[in-house]
Amino acid sequence: MTEQDFSTLNIKSLPGPDDITRIQLKNGITLLFRPNMNSMAVSIGGYIQAGSIYDTQDKLGLADFTTSTLMRGTKTQSFQEIFDSLESIGASLGIGCGPHTAGFGGKALAEDLPTLLKLLADVLINPIFPKKDIERVRSQLLTGLDLRAQDTNSMAMLEFDKTLYKGHPYQYPSDGYIETIEAIQVKDMAAFHKKHFGPKEMTLVVVGPFEPESVISLAEEHLGGWLNEEQVGPLQVPDMATPENSVENHHIIKEKSQTDLVVGTIGPSRRWEGYYSALLGNSVLGQFGMMGRIGESVRKKAGLAYYAYSALSASIGPGQWMVLAGVAPDNRDKALDLIKSEIKKFVGQPISSEELRDVQSNYIGKLPLSLESNAGVTSALLTMEQHQLGLDYLQNYEKMNQKITPESILEAAREYLDPDRLIISSAGPEL
Amino acid sequence: MSLLETTPSIFLENGLEIKLKEIHSAPLISSWVWYRVGSRDEIPGKHGISHWVEHMQFKGTEKISSDEMEKSVSRSGGAWNAFTYLDWTTYYETMPADKIDIALELEADRMVNTTYDEKEVESERTVVISERQGRENSPGFLLSEALHSAAFRIHPYGHEVIGDKVDLESIQKNDLHRHYKTYYSPNNAVVSIAGDFDKEKMLKRISDLYQDIPSGNDPPRVNRPENPQRGEHRLTVEGPGETVLGDVAYHTPSASEPDFFPLLILDSILSGPQGLNMFGGGGISNKTSRLYKRMVEDKEVVVDIHGGLPATIDPYLYTLKFILHPNSTADDALMILDEEIQHIQDAPPHMDELKRAVKQTQALFAYGGESITNQAFWMGFSKMFASYEWVTKYLENIAAVTPDDVQRVAQQYLQQNNRIVGIYHPHKKGNYNQ
Repeated sequence: MTEQDFSTLNIKSLPGPDDITRIQLKNGITLLFRPNMNSMAVSIGGYIQAGSIYDTQDKLGLADFTTSTLMRGTKTQSFQEIFDSLESIGASLGIGCGPHTAGFGGKALAEDLPTLLKLLADVLINPIFPKKDIERVRSQLLTGLDLRAQDTNSMAMLEFDKTLYKGHPYQYPSDGYIETIEAIQVKDMAAFHKKHFGPKEMTLVVVGPFEPESVISLAEEHLGGWLNEEQVGPLQVPDMATPENSVENHHIIKEKSQTDLVVGTIGPSRRWEGYYSALLGNSVLGQFGMMGRIGESVRKKAGLAYYAYSALSASIGPGQWMVLAGVAPDNRDKALDLIKSEIKKFVGQPISSEELRDVQSNYIGKLPLSLESNAGVTSALLTMEQHQLGLDYLQNYEKMNQKITPESILEAAREYLDPDRLIISSAGPEL
Repeated sequence: MSLLETTPSIFLENGLEIKLKEIHSAPLISSWVWYRVGSRDEIPGKHGISHWVEHMQFKGTEKISSDEMEKSVSRSGGAWNAFTYLDWTTYYETMPADKIDIALELEADRMVNTTYDEKEVESERTVVISERQGRENSPGFLLSEALHSAAFRIHPYGHEVIGDKVDLESIQKNDLHRHYKTYYSPNNAVVSIAGDFDKEKMLKRISDLYQDIPSGNDPPRVNRPENPQRGEHRLTVEGPGETVLGDVAYHTPSASEPDFFPLLILDSILSGPQGLNMFGGGGISNKTSRLYKRMVEDKEVVVDIHGGLPATIDPYLYTLKFILHPNSTADDALMILDEEIQHIQDAPPHMDELKRAVKQTQALFAYGGESITNQAFWMGFSKMFASYEWVTKYLENIAAVTPDDVQRVAQQYLQQNNRIVGIYHPHKKGNYNQ
């Protein structure tokens, strides 16, 4: 096969300080905009500091429940009117909840950006939490929890989080539990909204075929007047140490054909200086090609699983570094042994220079693909803003990538991964 | 370039059809090779063989090892994958433009040169069975499998693409190799490429790579049309879970039939617009669709409902899937659903509802057109069951649908004696708490 040498990015084509507009609206909201004059559509995204870490023990799921009901009615529009406005123009708008933030995203044909921003502002600023609608959403959330209870993948992750993050806000699922969802009342949502929704530390990203001035003007018109004196600032979450020893648990869900397995430990936060070494290392461990070394061992050579890969989940607080696999129940222990063996090898010696070159090239080559659509650029700008990576992050990406060495990857791996201190959670039929 | 612009096909002497579209908005190229083979071409005892052959296509050739295949694409940062469906199997790579030759060589080579090693076949047997077991974990899959089986007693569409476990345990290397040699040939394939290239240069490269591959015989086709259904079929599936699920499927015509477009509008009005894009673009919510409004909001008999009308070669199904509200019953849900269907059978929809469907379709095309991968996908995909004009005239055909057309197809196809109703009943309760 003919193959050209190491990929090189065309830096000027990547979003950067020259074409990203970043300003603060009058009320402090950070607005980022990047034009795409080739597009007929617009993408928006953003976040507010109103995630599930603000839930109280007896009302777990409150942040999620609140964000799920923002679009159920405002002071001037009913649920049906809101969705009639959106769907009649082929636009979409969704609001969800993560551990730290409530995130929103939407898209529309370019000419409908004013409608989209007006609706966004209305549902963020003026929700009224109608009682009848709340009960409807509650039923939907409870049904979601019933479905979760039967999903081996979700339940393995739930057990994993609960064990890994014991004593930390991350130990709880953002969608809560049946009894906590049942306990939440309308007044709790209204209070949560008053306390956590506001312009402070809010970010809005717009990508589409516009001049910056028109986007700034629209954002100011719809969101710039929003004030909330009662909004509290972001909560800092504590760090977590690697578990002292290995802990293994299995959640039984009878009559399932497959067991889902999660093996892992604490991982770096997104802002850790060695994050990029960990990221490339993780690719060698369980991503590159058909799922890296883990895929080679568990799927390709042993034929034990349809999927087996590693993942690095890094955000504001302590992250996760884990291996996930779906295996026949009888093969759980065999797969686990292979996974442990690969982790041991990974922290035992540096990766080869060929492996490093492979993953460096992979990460550089796939960057343009991830930025192909307006939604892809929106997502990249949100990450850059949330983790303070700088407007030149994408343009520095290649340089940063090429500084990584096998030794820096080994150092990052040893900082977090210890084959004798792993959380091993699975869900499926009885062992 | 819009998804709606036409591009003429070019044929090599060996029958390979090529569709090329230059798009210079990003330094990317997406290349797809489509084969006219899927579960539609499978016979009893061999259900799942097309999908398993797709897995074997990643095992390497004499020229390019499996390892080299994976690494060369991944090293370039390319995205690649393969899909097997009812009527087709496809392989794609979306690559940085200067690396596309890796994909072009790989695909031309594995069209005819994949090695079938006994050990690799056995290793993949457990992987494919594991993939099936993963799906069996989902109540929705169990219900869908039973429903398809009841809908198609004769036609191979009655079997899931993943295949039956008993067949996955018994299919042998020679079966797989024979299937591969029968269906993987230039005269049974379409190459569709979109992105940042010069059309003439690309055509020359494709010709150089494929022109010496000989034509195969015309592949055999399973010709087992389904008999008309005589009366409603009802079935239940029992299994683990907490939630009752429902699937209601109506026999519908193939995608190339004129009635397919009024049926798409009917679906849009009843359960929301169809997502057209496989790679990004996203969808549009269905909160203002008639069934959502009535069943989820007004009557609260279900917590969610969606529809689906896949584009297929042979007549297939329009399926409405719902998740039952915990305080309701399947009979309640079906009664409301039937009332809404009766409503659209009795009176044509308002013109506003049709206009909305057209606007939604326009938006979905605009979103999908941002992705070069989608652009290449649509050129090949539409050739698998109709023609590329099916896509380029899609909007025109949607806009030409009248309220009377919608009422007529509702009357013709959404009849109880033309449907299969499947309900998944959990046989125990028990929730996970803290």
